[in-house]
Amino acid sequence: MTAPTPSQTVGPFFGFALPFEGDSNAMAGESGLAIRIEGQVLDGAGNPVNDALVEAAQGDQFARCRTDAEGAYHMTVRKPVTADGAPCLGITVFARGLLRHLSTRMYFPDEDRANREDRVLQMVDESRRHTLVAQAEGDILHFDIRLQGEAETVFFAL
Amino acid sequence: MDFEPPYLYPDYRSTELRAPRHEPVRLPDEWFHKTPGPAFGRIPVRAEDADLTRQHPGEPMGERIIITGRVLDSDGHPVRNTLVEVWQANGAGRYLDPVDDHDAPLDPNFTGAGRALTDGAGAYRFVTVKPGAYPWRNHLNAWRPAHVHFSLFGPSLASRLVTQMYFPGDPLIPLDPILGSIPDPRGRELLIARLDLETTIPEWALGYRWDIVLRGRRATPVEG
Repeated sequence: MTAPTPSQTVGPFFGFALPFEGDSNAMAGESGLAIRIEGQVLDGAGNPVNDALVEAAQGDQFARCRTDAEGAYHMTVRKPVTADGAPCLGITVFARGLLRHLSTRMYFPDEDRANREDRVLQMVDESRRHTLVAQAEGDILHFDIRLQGEAETVFFAL
Repeated sequence: MDFEPPYLYPDYRSTELRAPRHEPVRLPDEWFHKTPGPAFGRIPVRAEDADLTRQHPGEPMGERIIITGRVLDSDGHPVRNTLVEVWQANGAGRYLDPVDDHDAPLDPNFTGAGRALTDGAGAYRFVTVKPGAYPWRNHLNAWRPAHVHFSLFGPSLASRLVTQMYFPGDPLIPLDPILGSIPDPRGRELLIARLDLETTIPEWALGYRWDIVLRGRRATPVEG
């Protein structure tokens, strides 16, 4: 086994380099029902993290969004069809001050039963599971990512 | 071997309000290694993206360099056809990024961002200029050593890596809390490129070699 190359922070100055045209739309060129996801990345004091990069991935879908001055990000995805477990998106968070990236998952609020039976959600303390489920707000899904503090989002070991 | 930095590292002040306080939830070991990595194919990669000195009408100021190396998995096998993204400050230590307010000149001939796919041997190669050191506000008189940011995907969810490459002999290296956050000095060494005369092109550009090892074994068996 060769030792893996260690991680370092993405830093604050990636905004001119990592975004690409259409990056927040994982649906690019595909049919299917588009779902818009909006949310904020927040620090332990509840302040917006205005220099984070959020990536979502599931199957052939991939989206990337840099947060704005309000710590807000948005993405357009289609709800994945999963053979095993509840539908969800893999979410990765990079930011200044994160020496390693964070990995979490976003589940869908209209999948109560599948979410209850999901093996990964079952490994999470019941009192914290809600941090992994988006909230429906009209036509969009809202999913905040709290790096620290009350209602800290559940992150998974890499 | 303790090569990964912790989330909370008070010498790097920005970690204090951003490091999660809960232990991360551990999924079964094979989970991250069996889950394919992001489908990064939508990210555009053009041939000219690997030469950061040829993206504008004129040549950028600074010391022209070549950075090359191989991307490997934990078993030492090449990771082929994976995306490598790089970004950096210009020769004066200034990023094109609008967030950077350091009082150093922008270079109209340098953006400082590049992309390349690894070849059949897992190799990547960028031509660029050596980035300058620059101050930051972590503590009084704090200066970042010269570095190039790297982002890689690899074959699985476990292999995603964002890191920084440093230059050998930089006197700022021992003073830097970001590199210093890696507990084991051997881990810090892994982020320092080496000057390589084989890569160097005489009369034209110094060459640096830096291999990158992604977490996880290869996701699919290789023929042969």
